[in-house]
Amino acid sequence: MPNERIPDMGSTITIEKPVFNLLLSRLKEEGYLPIGPRVKNETLVYDEIESIDDLPQGYSTKQKPGNFRLVHEKHSRFFDIIPGAQSWKQFLFPSHTELFAMRKNGKSWEISSQPMEPPKYAFIGVRACELAAIQIQDGIFMREDFTDPHYRARRIHAFVISVNCTQPAGTCFCTSMGTGPRVKEEFDVNLTELDDVFVLTIGSEVARRLLAGIPFDDASGYILSNVERKLEHAEHQMTRKLDSSDLPNLIIDHLDHPYWLEIGKRCLSCTNCTQVCPTCFCWDTQDEMSLDGKTTRRNRLWDSCFNPGYSHQAGGNTRPTIYSRYRQWLSHKLGTWKEQFGTLGCVGCGRCITWCPAEIDITEEIAALRNEVNR
Amino acid sequence: MTMLATEIVRTHADLLLEPHWAEIKSIIPEAADIATYWIRFVDSDEQEAFRFEPGQFNMLYLPGFGESAISISSDPQDHEKIGHTVRFVGNVTRAVSRLKVGDIVSLRGPFGSHWPMKEMEGKDVFIACGGIGLPPLRPALYHIIQNRDKYGKVTLLYGARTSGDLMFPKEYEDWRKAGIDVEVTVDRGDANWNGRVGVVPMWFYQFRIDPHKTTILTCGPEIMIRFVIFEAMARRVPLDRIYVSLERNMKCGQGSCGHCQLGPYFICKEGPVFRFDELQSFFNVEEF
Repeated sequence: MPNERIPDMGSTITIEKPVFNLLLSRLKEEGYLPIGPRVKNETLVYDEIESIDDLPQGYSTKQKPGNFRLVHEKHSRFFDIIPGAQSWKQFLFPSHTELFAMRKNGKSWEISSQPMEPPKYAFIGVRACELAAIQIQDGIFMREDFTDPHYRARRIHAFVISVNCTQPAGTCFCTSMGTGPRVKEEFDVNLTELDDVFVLTIGSEVARRLLAGIPFDDASGYILSNVERKLEHAEHQMTRKLDSSDLPNLIIDHLDHPYWLEIGKRCLSCTNCTQVCPTCFCWDTQDEMSLDGKTTRRNRLWDSCFNPGYSHQAGGNTRPTIYSRYRQWLSHKLGTWKEQFGTLGCVGCGRCITWCPAEIDITEEIAALRNEVNR
Repeated sequence: MTMLATEIVRTHADLLLEPHWAEIKSIIPEAADIATYWIRFVDSDEQEAFRFEPGQFNMLYLPGFGESAISISSDPQDHEKIGHTVRFVGNVTRAVSRLKVGDIVSLRGPFGSHWPMKEMEGKDVFIACGGIGLPPLRPALYHIIQNRDKYGKVTLLYGARTSGDLMFPKEYEDWRKAGIDVEVTVDRGDANWNGRVGVVPMWFYQFRIDPHKTTILTCGPEIMIRFVIFEAMARRVPLDRIYVSLERNMKCGQGSCGHCQLGPYFICKEGPVFRFDELQSFFNVEEF
C-alpha cells in the first residue's frame, strides 16, 4: 500500500507529474498560498498557482545581455524556464509595503492600522541561485542586532520547493559564485524534473507531513544517475564565468581607477539592475497623507543607489555622477558586502545582465577591470 | 560584521520605524534658519529611560513629511528634555521650521556611535568644528565640563560663515570659565566682529598641539573636515586619535535601508563618529 507511506527525511522519491496537484492541494489545505512561475501578459512572472496547469509547460527562456525572450518550444516540461525579471524578493521584501497608518488625534497622532498578517507563502520553483539570494537577505533583514518585522513575518512560515536547474540561460553564472545550479540545502522539497517524473528530495519535517499519503516511489539508481547527468550537463553548459578569486580586493583597492569612468559612460542609471537583483535591499520611506491632513500612511518602497535622490543630503549629492553610482553598486555587491554580511552580494543569477538596457555585463566588467589594473 | 573602535549601540523595534511621540517644549532661534528644539517624550517613562552618548543622533519624524537624522545637542545628564539643533534646509526640516511650542513630533533613537569620551581621559582634546558641526559636539563639551579634571588641555576651535551664524554664542563665556579654551573664527568679518577671520583649518596650525597626547574631534562641512585632518596629519597626530563625525542621507538608523553607506560602513550604525584610521581609505575616494 504505497499510499500509506511517509517519505523519510532526506530521502529522494519520484512522483508522477499529475500528482504534483495533490501536493498543491495539501499546501492549500495547510493554509499556504502557492506562488510559482507562470505566463501572464505574454511574459514570465511569479504569481499564484492553482494547479500544475498554471506552470509554464513547454516554455523556455532565451537570455543574453539586454535581451529576454520567452519561447514556446513544444516540449512537455514544466520547469525548463530560467526566471525572468521577478524574484522571490517581491514576496519577502515587497516593492511597496504599508508599514502603518495613522490618524490625527488632537495635536498628536495615533496608529490606526498595523501591518496585516502576511500570507503563508509556498514558493514553487526556487532556483539554487535564488535560494542563495534568500539566505543573503535573511542575513540582512534578520540580523542579530536588527530584525525587520515585515520580512520576518513573511519569511519564517515560507515553504520552499526548490528546483534544480537543468537548462541554464545565457546570462547565468551561478557556478562561478558557488550557488548552483544544484540545490544543496535550505529547502523543504527539492525537485528535479525528468521527462516523465518529478524527482523530489525531502528536506524538512513539514514536507514529510505534507507528502504523507501522496503516491510516490523511491527513486531508483537509474533515476538518481539521470538527475546527476542532467546537473553535470547544466554545469558544463554554463559558459559565462566570473572570476571571484581576487574579490573583494580587486574592487576595494581600486576605487579610484579610471575604468569606473568608462563604465559610467555606458550606464544609464536606470536602476533596472537593482530592481531585478534578488539581493539588493535598499529602501526608502514615503508618507502618503490625505488631503485633509487627518490621516497618513507610512510606506516603504524599494530604492536604488542609482537614483539621484538616494545620496542627496543637506550638503548636496554625495554621488552626483553616474559613474560614482555604478561604482557604489558594484563595489558594494562584489566588494564591501563581504565585510558587512560575510559573503559577496552576488549569486550569479544573471538578471542584471539580461535586464540592462545598455547591455552592461558584470562578468565582463570585472574581467575588464582586472585587465586594466594588471596592465 | 564590522567591529569598530567606536561602540555600537543596539536597538530593536517591533513596528518598523515605530513613532515615539514627543512634545516641543521650547524653540530657541540660534541663527538664520537654525533653531534648537527642546523636546520631551509624551510618555514620562520613556523620557525617564532615554539616555544617549555625546555624538549620537535621533530620527525626528513629522507625519506626512518624513524623517530626518538630527544630532542631539543637549547635555547627556539632562534627563528632563532633549535638544535638537536643526537647520532648515530640506523638506522635513523646513516643515520643522513651521512647528510651534506644544506641537508633537516623533523621535526614534538614539542611534549610532559616539565621541570617545572614555578613551580621551587623561589626554588633551582639540575640537575643530564649523557651522552646524558644533551642535553634535556640545554634549561632549558638557561632559568634559562636568568631568573637567579627567581631561588635559581642552580647546574648541569653532568657525562659522559670519558672526551672525555662530551657534550658542552666549555659552562661550561659561565654557571658558569651566576651563575650555574657546577660539572662534568667522569666514567673513563685519562691523559686529573684532575676532578672528578665516576658515577653521587655516587657524588650526596656530595652536600648540602635543601630537603625543592630543585627540582631535572634528565635525562640520566635509571640505572643512578634510582640511582639518590634513592639518592634523601634518602635525603628526596619529590617525587613530582623530575622530570624525559624518553626515549622510538616512532613512532607518538601523543599518537596513542602505542609504548612508560609505564603503563597508553604515554611517547610522558604525558611525556617525569614526576613528579616522578606519575611515581613511574610503573617505579619500572622490564621490564615494
